[in-house]
Amino acid sequence: MDIWNILEYAAWALSALFGALMLIDLLKVDTTYDNDLLTSSREGEIEATAERHTI
Amino acid sequence: MANVTSTAAPERLQLLRVLGPAHVWALGVGIVLVGEYMGWNFSVGKGGMIAGLVACWVAGLLYTCVAMIDSEVTSTVAAAGGQYAQAKHIVGPLMAFNVGLFLVMAYTMLEAANAITVGFLLDTVAGMLGHSGLNQKPFIILAVMFLAWLNYRGVLATLTFNLVITAIAFVSIIVLFISVQFGGSAVPLDFSAITSDPLPYGWVGIVAALHFGLWYYLGIEGTCQAAEEVRSPARSLPYGTMAGIMTLLIAATLTWYVCSGLIPWEYLGQAGTPLFDAARVTGSTGLMMLLFVGTTFATLASANGCINDASRAWFSMGRDRYLPSWFGAVHPTYRTPYRSIVFLVPIALIFALGAPLDQVVTFSILSGLLGYTFMTFNMVMFRKKWPLDSIKRGYVHPFHPIPALLLLVLCATAYVAVFLGYGTQLIAMMCFYIVASLWFHFWRYRFVKRGDQFTMPWPRPNGY
Repeated sequence: MDIWNILEYAAWALSALFGALMLIDLLKVDTTYDNDLLTSSREGEIEATAERHTI
Repeated sequence: MANVTSTAAPERLQLLRVLGPAHVWALGVGIVLVGEYMGWNFSVGKGGMIAGLVACWVAGLLYTCVAMIDSEVTSTVAAAGGQYAQAKHIVGPLMAFNVGLFLVMAYTMLEAANAITVGFLLDTVAGMLGHSGLNQKPFIILAVMFLAWLNYRGVLATLTFNLVITAIAFVSIIVLFISVQFGGSAVPLDFSAITSDPLPYGWVGIVAALHFGLWYYLGIEGTCQAAEEVRSPARSLPYGTMAGIMTLLIAATLTWYVCSGLIPWEYLGQAGTPLFDAARVTGSTGLMMLLFVGTTFATLASANGCINDASRAWFSMGRDRYLPSWFGAVHPTYRTPYRSIVFLVPIALIFALGAPLDQVVTFSILSGLLGYTFMTFNMVMFRKKWPLDSIKRGYVHPFHPIPALLLLVLCATAYVAVFLGYGTQLIAMMCFYIVASLWFHFWRYRFVKRGDQFTMPWPRPNGY
């Protein structure tokens, strides 16, 4: 087994780690917060208050 | 689900406005610069050195039009989703749905292509160091997973990372050019093929070359996706986008010059990593290492930007219920469209692990082209419905409607070029979008809250 074989195993392990970090956090957030809050984002809200589009 | 944080949490969760013009530049150039490191050189293979240069500049003209048009419209429609939000406000829902799909497909395919390239690069290095038969899959998956995780964790860190690696990749091209120009290469620049073999496949070679000439700039329009996360959209988006296209025009021309001068066009037309190969030809170990780093960083920056952009487009469509509203969620801590980011990971991996690179790239280019075609009439309709004296713009592009018309002509030429090499894929892609449009029109649109989707505080359009 050379360094490249070790890197292959390391890449598998890190891939699993990053995937797990995202999935665990996603599940945690989805079970902790109300879905209405999580999907409460509205497009253009800041523009409506900050810019009036007057010339 | 428990509602345990309703008292502490803000009333609405929005994406964070933390980005500046440099991040916009890093997003646009970061997505594109990989095209200088690989892909563009197939244009030389299709038509020779002169065809490669013509493709470089004609595509440059096309994308300058794209950048100008995008800068004007996005400085006004400052919402995540970029061209999707533009289409929604200016053309209509069906066009918006299609544009959203163009964006997601173009960026996800490009992300897959970049991940494939990471595997290929590492395989090349392993081969050079005496290890044959490297398993590329874990590295392809790691590239996608790491960048998705970075995107998941927050946009500021993601695009600051992109800024650093994109700048290094760009400086690498400049350093290679200066080194070669001032005698740092063991092999002198040789442009004799321009006179001895100017157009090996005739004028049709120039048209065919245009397909891959797009690769120099494909994705610069991705700057628009940051619209909802920049501190000052009206200023930052035009500034970052225009600076981005200028950077790319310089990088593209230097790349053609150095590679065409150092590598015979017959070989250059088939090379996997032309800038890295040019560095190898110079005989300088330092340049070789620098350009390997540049190639790797450019590839990662592109994949990173693609994840950012595809997820914003998907998120915006979910938020408007063009797709299930589940995708329109914002992370309460990181303020990213986390569900969209995670959802698109397996899709990118399926294409990265299961499809050949040229097919993936062609699907990306085709989706991009469809998006550019939309921009032409979108721009004309925008100026007609809301003339210059009706709403405030952060940037007004000159010579309207010439850039829009020029863009339309160049898009038509590019379709011919793509059809010459990938006619089946072009037709398959069109069929896919037609079926998706039918699904949206006859089924999905009933779920859309029609009044809520028009959010810009604009006056009533002319003629309505």
